[in-house]
Amino acid sequence: MRLITHNMLQCHVKGCNANNFPLELQEVVLEQEEAEMNEDFLRNMLNKIEYEALVATCLKLDINDLPATMPADAAYNDEFLQILHRVILETHIKSGKMVCPNCQHNYVIRDGIPNMLLAEHEV
Amino acid sequence: MKLKELEGYLQDVAVFTDPKIKLEQYPTTPHLAARMLYTAHTTYDDIENKAVGDMGCGCGILSIAAAMLGSAYNVGFDIDPDAIAIAQENCDEFEIEMDFILTDLSATPAPSNTADGEANARGPYEMMKGKLDTILMNPPFGTKLKGIDMVFLKKGIDLANHAVYSLHKTSTRDHILKKAKEWGVECEVVAELRYNLDKSYKFHKKQSLDIAVDFLRFEKKPRPETSS
Repeated sequence: MRLITHNMLQCHVKGCNANNFPLELQEVVLEQEEAEMNEDFLRNMLNKIEYEALVATCLKLDINDLPATMPADAAYNDEFLQILHRVILETHIKSGKMVCPNCQHNYVIRDGIPNMLLAEHEV
Repeated sequence: MKLKELEGYLQDVAVFTDPKIKLEQYPTTPHLAARMLYTAHTTYDDIENKAVGDMGCGCGILSIAAAMLGSAYNVGFDIDPDAIAIAQENCDEFEIEMDFILTDLSATPAPSNTADGEANARGPYEMMKGKLDTILMNPPFGTKLKGIDMVFLKKGIDLANHAVYSLHKTSTRDHILKKAKEWGVECEVVAELRYNLDKSYKFHKKQSLDIAVDFLRFEKKPRPETSS
């Protein structure tokens, strides 16, 4: 799973409705894999990314390249788009877990795939 | 890429080794997958540079077809880790980037009647609403779990920013058209196709069976502005 996907997942345990995003990554193994950059796509994603959550998540992973706030000229800022591309589309979470900041539920990531299934009573 | 060429490549997508009848796992044929994605790409421009979600992705053939036609981001949802493992291998084989989420799409969303207007049965993908441009699916037809096809479809329409492509039994067409109207989305019957199901389960009496399926396209309006 790439960080772009992590940026769109939240806890869905029954009754856990607030402060359930972003899920905190713990004990993760990361891998960088090169991918072709698609600027049109990145521009279209700019207003869809939860930027604050992305920066916070990255800092905890010791990825310090993103500016604290998105530049005003982000859409045409090549340097920024390249960093964003590397972070959200080339950074893969191979294993670890995602912990809900609210209810502490653990979602395990194995072989790069997050297990978002809940037990019957948690739905 | 030509349609025939796409269909040719898709012949190499591996299918379920041990299909689970409970989940109505039938592989989408290369013929159907190619037709769906080729049309979505050439007629409607819903694939190239787009974020594409695949609901009940199974072995991943719809997403692989999308990626071959230039989608920028692919994510697949499925409840079966065995299917996802095959899909992952397929993607590795085709050198395609795709993320997978192990999740249950069958829970019926409750009506938004809670105090804060939030639906009761939520998924982990609520935040993807409006972020995925195009949703693809070949949902279970509901022969084992009645109504599951409509649950998938409603979720897909909720998630999509613009368009949903789906396959349904032709016999359910009137019902779906009525529902689409209720949900405020346009529904177009793009084509009526034959879904050739090879004998995949013991209870199947015939070696293969042709069923009539509708290839449907749903569109949400208006299309939000893009910055490009």
